[in-house]
Amino acid sequence: MIAEVGHYALVLALGLALIQAVVPMLGARMGDTTLMDVAGTTAVVQFVFVAGSFAALAWCYVTSDFSVVNVFENSHSLKPLIYKITGVWGNHEGSMVLWVLILALFGALVALFGGNLPATLKANVLAVQSWVAAAFYLFILGTSNPFLRLPQAPVEGRDLNPILQDLGLAIHPPLLYLGYVGFSISFAFAIAALIEGRIDAAWARWVRPWTLAAWMCLTLGIAMGSYWAYYELGWGGLWFWDPVENASLMPWIAGTALLHSALVMEKRNALKIWTILLAILTFSLSLIGTFLVRSGVLTSVHTFASDPTRGVFILMILVLFIGGGLALFAWRAPLLKQGGIFAPISREGALVFNNLFLTTACLTVFVGTLYPLALEALTGEKISVGAPFFNLTFAPLFIPLLLAMPFGPLMAWKRGDLYGVAQRLLAACGIAVLGIAVTFAMTSGGPVLAPFGVGLALWVIAGAVTDLVERTGLFKLPLSVVARRTAGLPRSAWGAALAHGGIAVSLLGIVGVTAWGTERIASMKPNDTISLGGYELTFNGALPRQGPNYRELVGRFTVRLGGNVIAVMEPSKRTFPARQSSTTEAALLTRGVSQLYLSLGDPGPDGSLALRAYHKPLVLLVWLGAVLMFIGGGLSLSDRRLRIGAPKPARKPALAPAE
Amino acid sequence: MKLVRLTIVLLAVLAAQPALAVQPDEILADPVLEARARDLSKELRCMVCQNQSIDDSDAPLARDLRLLVRERLTAGDSDRQVLDFLVARYGEFVLLRPPFNRHTALLWLLGPLVLLAAGFGLFRLMRRPVASPGGVGATPAAAPLTDAEVRRLRELLAEEPPQSPAARR
Repeated sequence: MIAEVGHYALVLALGLALIQAVVPMLGARMGDTTLMDVAGTTAVVQFVFVAGSFAALAWCYVTSDFSVVNVFENSHSLKPLIYKITGVWGNHEGSMVLWVLILALFGALVALFGGNLPATLKANVLAVQSWVAAAFYLFILGTSNPFLRLPQAPVEGRDLNPILQDLGLAIHPPLLYLGYVGFSISFAFAIAALIEGRIDAAWARWVRPWTLAAWMCLTLGIAMGSYWAYYELGWGGLWFWDPVENASLMPWIAGTALLHSALVMEKRNALKIWTILLAILTFSLSLIGTFLVRSGVLTSVHTFASDPTRGVFILMILVLFIGGGLALFAWRAPLLKQGGIFAPISREGALVFNNLFLTTACLTVFVGTLYPLALEALTGEKISVGAPFFNLTFAPLFIPLLLAMPFGPLMAWKRGDLYGVAQRLLAACGIAVLGIAVTFAMTSGGPVLAPFGVGLALWVIAGAVTDLVERTGLFKLPLSVVARRTAGLPRSAWGAALAHGGIAVSLLGIVGVTAWGTERIASMKPNDTISLGGYELTFNGALPRQGPNYRELVGRFTVRLGGNVIAVMEPSKRTFPARQSSTTEAALLTRGVSQLYLSLGDPGPDGSLALRAYHKPLVLLVWLGAVLMFIGGGLSLSDRRLRIGAPKPARKPALAPAE
Repeated sequence: MKLVRLTIVLLAVLAAQPALAVQPDEILADPVLEARARDLSKELRCMVCQNQSIDDSDAPLARDLRLLVRERLTAGDSDRQVLDFLVARYGEFVLLRPPFNRHTALLWLLGPLVLLAAGFGLFRLMRRPVASPGGVGATPAAAPLTDAEVRRLRELLAEEPPQSPAARR
């Protein structure tokens, strides 16, 4: 019964979405406020229905209702409650329901908090948003219905893939989707602006917080996915240049470019057409990401062709929105008037430089990911494009970007003084050179490029600090003035410095772990000892253990540093009987920002146990950097300048749902 | 990431639960040769897996390839010879970094070409003192405000609280 209610709620949401897709837009055309205001109501009610639908599916999972196919295939009555809930989106159908839930949530948020938007813009944005929603409701109802029943309910479910039974992965998809779907708002704003044929700096101010919020979620989502792969897959890699990873990286890079170009547009009224295009492209890449992961096209072009229902449907959505968006852009963009003259050496110029390199980086990933598919489809020839290709083509694009990064925020708008900025960055340059020299002196072996990587990271961090020092007047002005200036510094300035620093911190981690990481692969008998990165590891023996829905073999290792026991590590291998599959649970020992990583192999016939042990120096910085970027984004988001046109007295009526 | 990992898991299950990627018994006694073997392994694709190098993969085929690479290296092959041998046997599909040829020219060149072209275009655009309409330097055309906008503007101006100079900056 609950499943049917959920199904019905989704159908009703589709109906509302169709109304919202047409009526407000007509209202905007005819200047009819009543018709325009329909969008506010439908957006909120749509969210209520989708939330109900999602709750119904979650209920089926929590109560282990195995008469629902989706629950039977992906759940198990003995599974811990938390994984019953996260199992809702641990499969194709459920994850699509989550996708539309987030889409509806954003729509409702625009409806509720968009009180200060011009009425026609708000109506058009919500209508465009609803086109996307309607397409995805149709997709779910037509090809991926999670509420289908089995004629006879089985006694037990097939369980969720054990590798997905993990907290990190449980939060990873929602964060990623918050990012993907968040960009749909920027897309809707871009399309609405094209339809209206008018765009101004205020537009950028409305778009920026949404883009920023989406970007923050995507940053955290990607970092979370990477950390999950690191500890769960058992070979300690952080990034594999896997097409599915690239699918999330592309919108992230495009979104980063969008954030920066929207800044130019907001402050200087320039780069309008480019910003619109970027908003369309960013959401297109989010859709492509969904398509790549969901259609099965990645497994092989042939698998895709043999079961094309879902794939073709998503492909149609892609063609409709990307093709339609770009066609509308080509038609209407010339109507938008540009403004804001600037010299090549200026803050605007620096941001154009940023956009040039970010877009090319994004294109590199795009080509590398899709080229093999296209080549196979066109010529039948199979090639592989993997990590070595991306390391060679992608990384070099980030070097000029990072080198230029400290210059951007110090440059003046309109016309900058390159020489003056370079002088102010002298200290940062000194720190970077010192860093290179010290790293050279302290490390022997490892790649020659590694010290330069450290230097580059220090340059960016010192550059971000220089920006703050310059703005507060530290070391130059009396302390009382500095304090006043610090207090008055907009939060977005702190946010930018933190986010730029975050990139550098991540870079430092990547350099550390790739250049100086060590690995030992050994077959160990009880009381055997190996040394690794200055630590001594002694194998104490292996013992079996029983978990709620798995059995595991645990290896106990004593870790010594300079003869003193500092920890006992217990990596394990878990076997899940319901799926007849197993996972490797690595043991991690954190020392500062470095980690020891142990992963178990199979027991040998002579009572030995295979072990893979890694010392990963600075590895935690990779994700810490992402967290800094997230916090930086959050600070910037809380900046009052992003809440323009929302003076306090006008705020209250804007909060109420539009009638 | 899910689908790929799922495939990996399925493959792992089908392959009767093997364990680690590189296993202790595969490692060569000579550390220099072993390091070369590891570097080569990272360039080679495990052909039954999805986008995994033989260095990362658990599949039995990957193990066979790793042993083969080590066998060739021990026999005195250069890195190039090992790769050529594997390409002759399995085709270019085995290389994770595709060689530059007629079919992959676009793959390798598109990024750099776009960067150069866009860079050059921007350079030209920026050098023009006054750009043509729609270009970087065009002046905005003032569209007249609608009545509703004028009203909204008045409201906002009336309600705007005084801002501190720092926040306005």
